Amino acid sequence: MSYIAILLTYIFINNFILVKFLGLCPFIGVSKNSESAIGMGLAVTFVTGTASAVTWCVYYGLLLPLGLEYLKTIAFILVIAALVQLVEMVLRKMSPALYKALGIYLPLITTNCAVLGIAIINIDQAYGLLESFVAGIAAGVGFTLAIILMSNIRESLDLKPPRKQFQGVPIAFISAGLMALSFMAFDNSLLSNLHLA
Amino acid sequence: MNTKELTKGIFRENPTFVIMLGMCPTLAVTTQVINAVSMGAGVLFVLLFSNIFISLLKNYIPGSVRIPCYVVVIASFVTIVEMVFHAYVPAVYKALGVYLPLIVVNCIILGRAEAFASKNGVLDSALDAIGMGIGFTLALTFIALIREVLGNGTITLMPIGSFSGVITIPVLSDWPVRTMTLAAGALLLMGYLKAFFNWKTERSAKKRLEASR
Repeated sequence: MSYIAILLTYIFINNFILVKFLGLCPFIGVSKNSESAIGMGLAVTFVTGTASAVTWCVYYGLLLPLGLEYLKTIAFILVIAALVQLVEMVLRKMSPALYKALGIYLPLITTNCAVLGIAIINIDQAYGLLESFVAGIAAGVGFTLAIILMSNIRESLDLKPPRKQFQGVPIAFISAGLMALSFMAFDNSLLSNLHLA
Repeated sequence: MNTKELTKGIFRENPTFVIMLGMCPTLAVTTQVINAVSMGAGVLFVLLFSNIFISLLKNYIPGSVRIPCYVVVIASFVTIVEMVFHAYVPAVYKALGVYLPLIVVNCIILGRAEAFASKNGVLDSALDAIGMGIGFTLALTFIALIREVLGNGTITLMPIGSFSGVITIPVLSDWPVRTMTLAAGALLLMGYLKAFFNWKTERSAKKRLEASR
């Protein structure tokens, strides 16, 4: 697959939230206002991108030569936890401004299904190193797109709230469902129409 | 024996509908009843053993590194589940796909380890895990039943002997509501179900208030 095809696949066709349901917890939890949605989205993109590259190296450089493929899940979750910690420390030292914007979201990302999800999908799809990295970035961008749209919907809902039973989580799920319906417009025919498949 | 620890997970603190934990697998694997039941069984197994082990080890794990320790315990049991599914039910293993290893990051398991097993005894932790696991499995099966019956007009179970494992419902299988099996249907259904449960708890709370007067 070409890099553009991978980008389109993970941003639109297999959008991580609206099609694959990966990372729903932060999607519902941190989408109450657009400022925190953007922060969360950027933090996730940063981590999915780096985690994709690092887990690829761990799998093909360490686990496969040693015949330990079955330790994939344990190894990946540890690598991701360590990576998130490292990113947090580096950001705090190098860029306090960025740390202030993303800092509070970083600890939450370790248990975000999207990060472990993209790491495992990269291996399942047998992507190369650069392809994995692009897929990781694309998954993060897809997440960011969905969470920003969601936060805007929820901000407008604050102005005109629905019935009491629907307030909060239920209306968030229903809005996400309607968004998913519109995302169904993007399917694999998009790639073939663009002569990418 | 404390039965309260066992029953609370099934209704009053149901992980899916009340605490809203572990949403990703809940929506992703509920397209067929068999997938939902298998996912529930996998989560129940991991939850039970990780709760037991974390409860046993709680005095030896230093507080500052407890989360990575819990994750290693959980990931080990998830790997066992993965291998068992791969060996004995390859069709289900394939259908669950990436969501099977993702049990590691299912918030229910880490949540119960942190909130319950790290503070309580082995027996109570095991009962808590069984209750929560059953509650999760029931919720998943319930959602899968609605989605598969409306969306496909079938109920897919395990094939046993001459029984193919698929029950077809006459009228619905001719005119299914396809959206229900798609991603959008899962999100919409979850929203309406949550609203329904909100309405139900609110009403029973009101009734209890009136009865106490």
